[in-house]
Amino acid sequence: MLLPGLPAERVRQAAPSLPDTPLALTVTSGNAVRLAALDSHAAAAGLAVGMTLADARALLPELQVQAHDPAADLALLEALADGCGRYTPMVAVAPPAGLLLDITGAAHLAGGEAALAGDLLKRLARMGLSGRAALADNPAAALALAGFADSDGTEWDGDGLVAQADGPSAVLALPIAALLGPLVAVPGLELDNPDALALALRRAGLRSVALVAGQPRAALAARLGDALVHRLDVLLGAAAFPLQPRWPEPEILVEARFAQPLLTVPAALKVVEGLVVRACLNLSERGAGGRAFEALLYRADGALARVRVDTAAAQRAPAAIMRLFGERLAALNDPLDPGFGYDLVRLAVPVLAPLGEEQLALDGGALAAGELLGLVDRLTARLGPGRVRRLAGADSHVPEQAGFDLPFTARPDATAWAAQAPGEPPERPALLFDPPQPVEVMAEVPDGPPRRFRWHRRLHDIVRAEGPERIAAEWWRRADGQGLTRDYYRVEDSSGGRFWLFRHGLYEERRIPGWFVHGRFA
Amino acid sequence: MSPALGARPAQPSLRPLGFGEPGLDARLDGGLQAAALHEFYPARPDDGVAAMVVALLLAARNGRTGPLLWLVEARAMRGVRPYAPGLAALGIDPARLLLVRAPDALALLRAAADAVACPALSAVVLRCGRSPAFGLTASRRLALAAARSGVSVLAVREGEPAPSAASTRWGVMAQPSRALAADAPGLPVFGVELLRCRAGRPGFSMQLEWNGEEHSFRTANPGSAAARVAGGAGSPGSAIAA
Repeated sequence: MLLPGLPAERVRQAAPSLPDTPLALTVTSGNAVRLAALDSHAAAAGLAVGMTLADARALLPELQVQAHDPAADLALLEALADGCGRYTPMVAVAPPAGLLLDITGAAHLAGGEAALAGDLLKRLARMGLSGRAALADNPAAALALAGFADSDGTEWDGDGLVAQADGPSAVLALPIAALLGPLVAVPGLELDNPDALALALRRAGLRSVALVAGQPRAALAARLGDALVHRLDVLLGAAAFPLQPRWPEPEILVEARFAQPLLTVPAALKVVEGLVVRACLNLSERGAGGRAFEALLYRADGALARVRVDTAAAQRAPAAIMRLFGERLAALNDPLDPGFGYDLVRLAVPVLAPLGEEQLALDGGALAAGELLGLVDRLTARLGPGRVRRLAGADSHVPEQAGFDLPFTARPDATAWAAQAPGEPPERPALLFDPPQPVEVMAEVPDGPPRRFRWHRRLHDIVRAEGPERIAAEWWRRADGQGLTRDYYRVEDSSGGRFWLFRHGLYEERRIPGWFVHGRFA
Repeated sequence: MSPALGARPAQPSLRPLGFGEPGLDARLDGGLQAAALHEFYPARPDDGVAAMVVALLLAARNGRTGPLLWLVEARAMRGVRPYAPGLAALGIDPARLLLVRAPDALALLRAAADAVACPALSAVVLRCGRSPAFGLTASRRLALAAARSGVSVLAVREGEPAPSAASTRWGVMAQPSRALAADAPGLPVFGVELLRCRAGRPGFSMQLEWNGEEHSFRTANPGSAAARVAGGAGSPGSAIAA
């Protein structure tokens, strides 16, 4: 599925008041303002991507111009990909404008492959987007067909939208642009210089995929590079082209479809409740519980809302899970918008765990542990995932990696904390600044301990200092083998405040090293 | 702190939260009442961390071994994170701490009310800035919940003391330590002043030194400890009341 008009159509959809005249989106490259995307009117008027705005205005004075926003386009594409989850779990995005759906074994649910593509196109049209769908044996061929199949004018059906290919014949008929073009953004298949390749192929008289495929591979690879041969193999289905699905397939997925969309959130929640009961039955058959539950609400117009709750311990009691969903929904920043209604509701259980697994060794036994895990679940559902955290450490000499906090559901390895020397104060601060905050420091001698520093516009006179504790950068992890050494000092100011200061860089590494406060003891 | 997790008796014996300094604990009837709300104010604007550390140390010192819930406002803690190696060095086992980063003061108070009702916790330490949400009503709600469940609540606050239902209110400041060799900083010293006390006489202050090994506070200046406890006005710590 290709959406070549996506950028312009997204702008139109966002601003319905735009008059119905040609529209172009521009980017500034160097000193020139160039067209980056066009709508169909502008393309029909003879404008092309890459033209300068001045040339385009000369051709088409009534042209409207908006800024090109690739990030917003990608976000929309990803939202569409999520919405396509209704057809198959194997959905991937192929930026800038492609969606790949693996509908093997899933098409019969929508009434056949062509019917599925038609349904998808209809939903897109309802959102004001036009698409070009193609069905083929492998994702690369489908993308190539969607992009180029109309150039010989044979493959499109009545609506002019769907190309269908069995075997490589349709792909072989495509021009070489199909071989060089739409796969560019797919990782692993980058071409160094597609323009030069196109020229070389044209000069050699290889104007279609079939002609290129007819050449001996060894000669092709020697003259034009391995990447081109690999692409050819991918396009013809001879080499694998695995889809990277956006979401891993959940362990358990139950769903309910509706011919008449559900128009309110409470109605959808009722359906979710039924699905939770079904999922819990499935869980008890497996003798397991779920560590996370996700409700997927597919709106009729293609949008998808995901509501996820995580639990600290494996759970399969429907009432408790629904309570967590209730807390989560009540805490959402922007409440769910049912729009035209939900026509598909799914419940996924992404993570399973054996039931009754202990999370925390606690005094008071199972009862207290259960109370605590219940509290953690309630707080997580209400405040959002990742708000309840536990502290952990790692065996690292880099201070910021030696201690951190993790979501409660993560399980860190047990850490052995360094024993404190008797009679000595703590060597590490209770609070760490991340990132370290710059301070102005005055030292008596350049390499000596600091005497005074200014932080937050307050001057601190240092009365006691201990240091330096020299901590080297992790030069073995850096490409350049460099990195600045830090000299740490524990200091106490005249009023008893304690700080962890460091000088970033030795004097032989840097002419004027900066000073930072990295933590506070008190 | 030993992480040994023995079986908790069904009816927890609510030992008060003592400082470990005999003179001070005797004056407080053994320490801070366990099933109650206590407030800690930084004595000077820069003493927020000292107040936080003293509250955490007191919470970790209590006799129970359940987890400590540490509630902070995400906004106030932006760019700052609790540092497990430093807490371990103070004698607080990081594995016992549950950190909750609440999005705002209201969410923090709601989470605190929920947490205080959970007897599996040994204490709740919350750091709430000068939010109008934490008024008399909110503090009374926390105090009542603490009395019911037996979970101690230690609230670290900011600014001018506001009316509240706390059993005790403390002013905390960082104090210069006794220097080790070569003018290195010694064991951490805090000045604490009892600003308010429901069942007792407020208005005394003390310099306390934290000893992580013994896991207890000791008076920082043994010679004059008795005088300081008895004193009040005129002692060096009285500046805290300002």
